[in-house]
Amino acid sequence: MMDLKRQIVEQLNLQHIKPEEIGDDQPLFVEGLGLDSIDALELIVLLQQQYNIKLNNAEDGPKVFQSVRTMADYIKSHQA
Amino acid sequence: MTENVYITASCTIADNVVVKNGKQIFEQKGTKVQDFLVAVYQYLAVNYPRFYKMDGLAKLGWMASEVLLEGSFDKTKYKPEDMGLLLCNKNSSLDTDIRYYDTVKTMASPALFVYTLPNIVMGEICIRHQFKGENDFFIFEAFNAAFIQQYVHHLFETGAMEACICGWVELLDNDYNATLYLTEKKENERSILFTEENIYHIYQTTHG
Repeated sequence: MMDLKRQIVEQLNLQHIKPEEIGDDQPLFVEGLGLDSIDALELIVLLQQQYNIKLNNAEDGPKVFQSVRTMADYIKSHQA
Repeated sequence: MTENVYITASCTIADNVVVKNGKQIFEQKGTKVQDFLVAVYQYLAVNYPRFYKMDGLAKLGWMASEVLLEGSFDKTKYKPEDMGLLLCNKNSSLDTDIRYYDTVKTMASPALFVYTLPNIVMGEICIRHQFKGENDFFIFEAFNAAFIQQYVHHLFETGAMEACICGWVELLDNDYNATLYLTEKKENERSILFTEENIYHIYQTTHG
């Protein structure tokens, strides 16, 4: 999960946060890391660029991007 | 009757030097503009994580407005709707347009796309300082003190605004200049008249 945290920090330009400071279950949006809707789009790009995974159903977004752990689980379950 | 308008504060950021009201407050030679602006941000000890997500033009304008207003402006004197901005530059958002174009070749970056308009820098300043009045961004071949003076004067005369941040915010690659003026109808101890000559004089100090 540390690799994924590094990728999130780099993709979203979170220069004020160290990857190790992000909790595995910390919410990524609003009260957690404070990400916004543009960041959500960047996370979709990250999945596609780094893991070749397309988020086909936009309604899955809130569940997939709930935390680093939910993202990691989604990646694991969609990798060939 | 034409009322006087005053420059009550000014800020220039150019050539890796930050100047406020004619006094140098920060310098860091030998760094590229993006690193330099982050260094200014850290020097001022501002806590605004959104800064890191901005493109170069927005970082430059936002930082110049931050320096301009800090300790110089009491926004509680005005209604948000009476505070506005008028900015100009030469190359619009070309710096980010080029970067965005590069990402399109592989996968378009949404975070870059939102900055492919020059007026986004004004939005960032308005969000930070709660300016909700007139917002205008103009493109010129070169710094145009006469236009800035006349247009802002007109906005004051017609009652469209009571306080205005105006000036020049230009950035393309590592060539950049921000020269901002805080203009108000009320004088203060360091204010000077908002004339074409004074506007140009402050801008010119960044060009040695």
